[in-house]
Amino acid sequence: MSGHNHSDEQQLVARLKAGDQAAYAELVEQHAGRIYNLALRMLGDETLAEDVLQETFLNAFRAIDRFEGRSSLGTWLYRIANNAALMHLRKREPTTYSLDEPLETDSGEEVPRQFFDFCCLPERDLLSEEARREMLTAIDDLPETLRVVFLLRDIEGLSTRETAEQLNLSVSAVKTRLMRARLALRERLADYFAQSATSAETGGTLPSLS
Amino acid sequence: MDSLTCRHLLDSLSDYIDGTLDETLCREIEAHMADCENCRIVVNTLEKTILLYRDLPASDLPDDVRQRLYTSLNLDDFLDSKKNKH
Repeated sequence: MSGHNHSDEQQLVARLKAGDQAAYAELVEQHAGRIYNLALRMLGDETLAEDVLQETFLNAFRAIDRFEGRSSLGTWLYRIANNAALMHLRKREPTTYSLDEPLETDSGEEVPRQFFDFCCLPERDLLSEEARREMLTAIDDLPETLRVVFLLRDIEGLSTRETAEQLNLSVSAVKTRLMRARLALRERLADYFAQSATSAETGGTLPSLS
Repeated sequence: MDSLTCRHLLDSLSDYIDGTLDETLCREIEAHMADCENCRIVVNTLEKTILLYRDLPASDLPDDVRQRLYTSLNLDDFLDSKKNKH
């Protein structure tokens, strides 16, 4: 995850366990950005995301003696961060928010409607700053129950089973929510790229009303 | 996307994309896609959506957040030397 090889990581773990402050700083430097972004996407709140970031490293430093190296240091750290973020989600809306609650009945919203094929657009369009902002807003606009599953599964790369364990959900509930999240994001991006392609054809300006 | 087969495809789409779908169903989906342009576009753009999100670059940690993090961890001594590396 960090691009470091196994023996580099073993050395870093040994230095962390020995209380080497420079090793602590190295760990922070490698992972803080990604953890902050994950927490920000999950919680949609900068102050809470910062709390999660600090809690993650404080907890990790306290628990480093118990790190057994069964997973990579990065994976271990993201698990601590996920747990911290989920605690905040549960704390925020304990009465209205439960990850275990059944999803509302199928409203047919996930049926694709936009068939603009954006796969072959040039990279400058797919990876533009504006497209990136649209992608982030689209995640933020997902219902929380879908957003968390999408973040853990598709952004953090957890397996379906790991995601289910983290969220106390059944594997089939994770699959259903992941599918709905993916289809909702696809629809949103297809709409966005269809509109930006139309606007590019008309010279980048909106058609005149007159 | 309103025939029964398109609906059927939609139900198995995530498993198909993740490579966890039974081989017979995979072949059915591929046979259907060969004849159904809309489903082909949905499958391709869905895969592209996931790839775009996976490759989304993380934004930099804001300077003030970074500063407070180092302070909360008693690592202020390392704040400047690390920052200049990036």
